Amino acid sequence: MAVVYQKSKGLTDKETHYCPGCTHGIIHKLVAEVLEELGVLGDTIGVAPVGCSVLAYDYFNCDMHEASHGRAPAVATGIKRVLPDKVVFTYQGDGDLASIGTAEIVHVAHRGEKITTIFVNNAIYGMTGGQMAPTTLIGQRATTAPLGRTVEHSGMPLRVSEMLATIDGAAFVERVAVDTPANIRKAKKAIKEAFQCQLDGKGFSIVEVLSTCPTNWGMTPIDALKWLNDNLIPYYPMGNFRRPGEVK
Amino acid sequence: MLNERVICAGFGGQGVMLMGQLISYAGMIEGKEVSWLPSYGPEMRGGTANCSVMVSERPIGSPVITDDATVAIVMNLPSLDKFERDIISGGKLLINSSLIDKKASRSDVTAYYVPANEIAVDLGNPRVANMVMLGAFLELTKTVSVDAVMKALKKVFGDSKAHLMAINEEAMNRGAEIIKG
Amino acid sequence: MAKVLMKGNEAIGAAAIKAGCKYFFGYPITPQNELPEYMSKEMPKVGGVFLQAESEVAAINMVYGAAGAGARVMTSSSSPGIALKQEGITYIAGAELPCVIVNIVRGGPGLGGIQPAQSDYNQVTRGGGNGDYKLLVYAPANLQEMVDLMQEAFDAADYYRNPVMMVGDGMIGQMMEPIEFKESVSRFELPLKDWATTGTKGQRKPNIINSLALDPAELEKHNIHLQEKYSAMKENEVKYEAYNLENAEVVIVAYGTTSRIVRNAIIDLKEQGINVGLIRPITLWPFPEKAFDLIPSDCKAVLSVEMSMGQMIDDIKIAVNGRYPVHFYGRSGGMIPTPEGVMNKVKELVGGAK
Repeated sequence: MAVVYQKSKGLTDKETHYCPGCTHGIIHKLVAEVLEELGVLGDTIGVAPVGCSVLAYDYFNCDMHEASHGRAPAVATGIKRVLPDKVVFTYQGDGDLASIGTAEIVHVAHRGEKITTIFVNNAIYGMTGGQMAPTTLIGQRATTAPLGRTVEHSGMPLRVSEMLATIDGAAFVERVAVDTPANIRKAKKAIKEAFQCQLDGKGFSIVEVLSTCPTNWGMTPIDALKWLNDNLIPYYPMGNFRRPGEVK
Repeated sequence: MLNERVICAGFGGQGVMLMGQLISYAGMIEGKEVSWLPSYGPEMRGGTANCSVMVSERPIGSPVITDDATVAIVMNLPSLDKFERDIISGGKLLINSSLIDKKASRSDVTAYYVPANEIAVDLGNPRVANMVMLGAFLELTKTVSVDAVMKALKKVFGDSKAHLMAINEEAMNRGAEIIKG
Repeated sequence: MAKVLMKGNEAIGAAAIKAGCKYFFGYPITPQNELPEYMSKEMPKVGGVFLQAESEVAAINMVYGAAGAGARVMTSSSSPGIALKQEGITYIAGAELPCVIVNIVRGGPGLGGIQPAQSDYNQVTRGGGNGDYKLLVYAPANLQEMVDLMQEAFDAADYYRNPVMMVGDGMIGQMMEPIEFKESVSRFELPLKDWATTGTKGQRKPNIINSLALDPAELEKHNIHLQEKYSAMKENEVKYEAYNLENAEVVIVAYGTTSRIVRNAIIDLKEQGINVGLIRPITLWPFPEKAFDLIPSDCKAVLSVEMSMGQMIDDIKIAVNGRYPVHFYGRSGGMIPTPEGVMNKVKELVGGAK
């Protein structure tokens, strides 16, 4: 019988703890497949964040290092400077990367550190229970913005990819989404290009992945995917912001 | 037994730190126990600078000079005002009379007046005023030999400043002459 | 090898490189700046890496990453910078990784000042960050001792898989003294770092560096394991110097540069007929409790002399355990105790000059 689908060797057999309908599973799968396809799984060290994907170290089938909140890019820097020939990536959410870890992500880009960051943006703090993130949309409710986020109180949501694309050391910056099969395919392509950028020694690479949080958004998984398409994508446009050699 | 505790003080840029380091370095070359402790402040330029130097035949306890300096070398007026009181009775005070027109106020301390800047200008390089003072100090106390200081200076200067060795030695000789009288 | 005259901060860097340290991540703060400056110049010469981080927090997390990857790695800072680093230090302790952290202490609290102080005693001996952990803490009194201890610091860090802190004050960092870089043989048998994240090469199970344990039973087990390690350190790593304890009327406890000032006072007091001893902890943690059994039974008092408002005095009271009255003399804020100040306090304790 022909095998038409196999779980990537880049993932362990451990069952994930993610909520039903959460898109972390899809993103994990894409990263694992890319590492396997590039043939670098045995030479990769991943850095897990604090947040929903804190346990990612149990799911990726490569050496993993669990960082403190927001510091994954600094930890990855330490690893990469010791092992410059290895592939090093961070996997971070929006609270981790866009709030408590802004200094670290800006400076890892600023130094042109040859690592890859997978930035999962679902516009909310997941693990701690649905608090407002810097990426939470105006009007979006959160447990620390019970009436919805307002500009007056909290400012406008932070567009991380656009910001990082202004930094010369950021060689590859792209925003993708995982709401439809077509977008998932595009996301995988971007993730592969980001890792390739690292392998080619071009500089820092990051893929921002628009993701859902059905639990904290208070929606069914299907509604959450639709909400992502209707609300997140208009404010966070998909596309490439920077490629190696380009000056934007 | 040799147990010299020297304060070198002036404003930043007068070479007081180097003066202290050369005494320590020379002491080490001669196999003596030495330490050098700088004052350090937030200002990068100007301001007052001073260092405490110990040269002893015994292991050095505290590297800090509080009020027990055997010698103070003061290159400017604020340093005289600040450190004159820290010299032990019977100690020595070397005053850069080019920049300080005040006399020592203590009678239990022997003061020596060295026109260091004038001599340095006369030698053609105002920056060697510190070496004039150092020469006077060495002649006065014999804490370390001029020879050892020259060896230390050679290390500190390296090849790039080797051409300055001669004028520095001359400056020390001129300072020594002031003491010899 | 011949003696060299070096500034403390630079000597620390030279000793670390000699001890095999290849990676340094740091951030500028007075009075330790000569150390990262030295490392930026010297590390490339030995094929190592110096990197100036964007913050103290980033620097210690770079250390966390590099240590996880199996490197001999170091960072340095001064008191308020060490406070910022505590986040990373507790992770490193929790994940059981080796590293050396240099703390050139300045006066506090807050931004405090930049002059020498010992007011980080509590910060460095109580763990410093969250959770039940300890650092092995060395507090040398002179540059030679600092240099001599550096190899041991790195070896002990590797052996125990625990962060080690080297504590000096601004004086140690800034002063120059002759130093001899001696050849030393490690007294530790160091195991292979087979836990490091160096890539599986497809030949082993993934290594995971982690300080998270969501299962309380698992975390408690981990804590018990850590405590066993700290017990072994208490058993094997205590270092102190006992000086002139025999017939001492008063025993002074002082460490680092303060102990040098105290030693001067002890010599002067002896000339005046007052016999004073010194216990000098070289490891602040583990604290040399057993040294206090050497105090003569007719000793009138134990005196803690510190460049702080009295932090080590708690450990002294625990070690003395009610056997002698414990007193304190200290200066703070960058003010340095004088031998006269120490002598006056001792005379007060023995009931005036003899």
